[in-house]
Amino acid sequence: MKEEDKKLATCLTLIKSTFVLSAFTIGGGYVIVPLMQKKFVEELGWIDSEEMLDLVALGQSMPGALAVNTSILIGYRVAGVAGALITLLGTITPPLIFITIISYFYMSFRDNPIVDALMLGMQVGVVAVILNVIFNMVKDLLKRKDPVVVIILIGAFVAGFIFDVNVIVIILVAGMLGFINNRRKGGA
Amino acid sequence: MILIELFWAFFKIGLFTIGGGYASLPLIENEIVDVQAWITLQEYTDVVTISQITPGPIAINSATFVGTKVAGFAGAVSATIGVVTPSIIIALLLARMYYKYRNVDTLQGVLAGLRPAVVALIGAAGASLFVAALFQTDGVQVAGVTVNLVAIVLVIIAFTALRKYKVDSILVIFLSGLVAVVLSFIGIL
Repeated sequence: MKEEDKKLATCLTLIKSTFVLSAFTIGGGYVIVPLMQKKFVEELGWIDSEEMLDLVALGQSMPGALAVNTSILIGYRVAGVAGALITLLGTITPPLIFITIISYFYMSFRDNPIVDALMLGMQVGVVAVILNVIFNMVKDLLKRKDPVVVIILIGAFVAGFIFDVNVIVIILVAGMLGFINNRRKGGA
Repeated sequence: MILIELFWAFFKIGLFTIGGGYASLPLIENEIVDVQAWITLQEYTDVVTISQITPGPIAINSATFVGTKVAGFAGAVSATIGVVTPSIIIALLLARMYYKYRNVDTLQGVLAGLRPAVVALIGAAGASLFVAALFQTDGVQVAGVTVNLVAIVLVIIAFTALRKYKVDSILVIFLSGLVAVVLSFIGIL
């Protein structure tokens, strides 16, 4: 009985967390990642930081929306197939609600100055959250003192931000560099 | 039957959306505007605009919008389930493989390369948002560029609240939005 209660509590936390995170994911799929990192790694301590990055990389490498893919992977990690379905439900419900409501009167919504200000302000908040999480993640990565990690970090940022290189290409190149680096170290 | 057609069209979109976000736009447009003619190009452009100011991936938002228009709420649900079904199947397979082989040395090497790339991509997304928020139309001229100083001050305050005072991130996002609305009422923003 106690075991069942624990499972139920885990599932409730999963659906509540993903619902709230998804509702605040403004500005594209990557925004949900720092929010998830904050919730599942730093607050709940359910997943460690490296594993979280692995799951995001997996989510990015497969078809579908990043936020949805990563949610399913986290749900599976925490509570198996049931967990995956729960996090999926939590993630797709907010957009479903918002779009259904907004599709009826989007013209007035789009040109409203209050909505404009609200969105700009929330965007600014999101920027601060991303900055904060990136700060912690980079600190973790640099602890390894591996020059290849630093090269990938800077190279991928420049490629993604300045040159708009497709993320799949970035992921492929980074994975290859990691593979070669591993072989090189193994052979030494 | 229309519900199955919706499911199938969005299943294909979900399956071939690789690389995320804007890479999927032409694909979605081709399927639902050109092939199926469920919505007009103008309506589709509006969906993209709505997607930018509301939470949620563009593929999910399009599915909901098109589904509602074609077959009401049942249509929205059917299209949305269609677009996420490939994700569920593939994610469950990948997750099983990952937990089975993650300790294999070769995979460890590849993953070690992927981690910094993922951090960099999140950083790049943040940088794009930062630039978008900073160079809004109203602002102060600095070296010939219009910069929104209020946005900069807000970012610094929000960052300090998160780092020094450990304020909850969702609360910070929500409060930033609220402050911006108040500032726009006073006429500062």
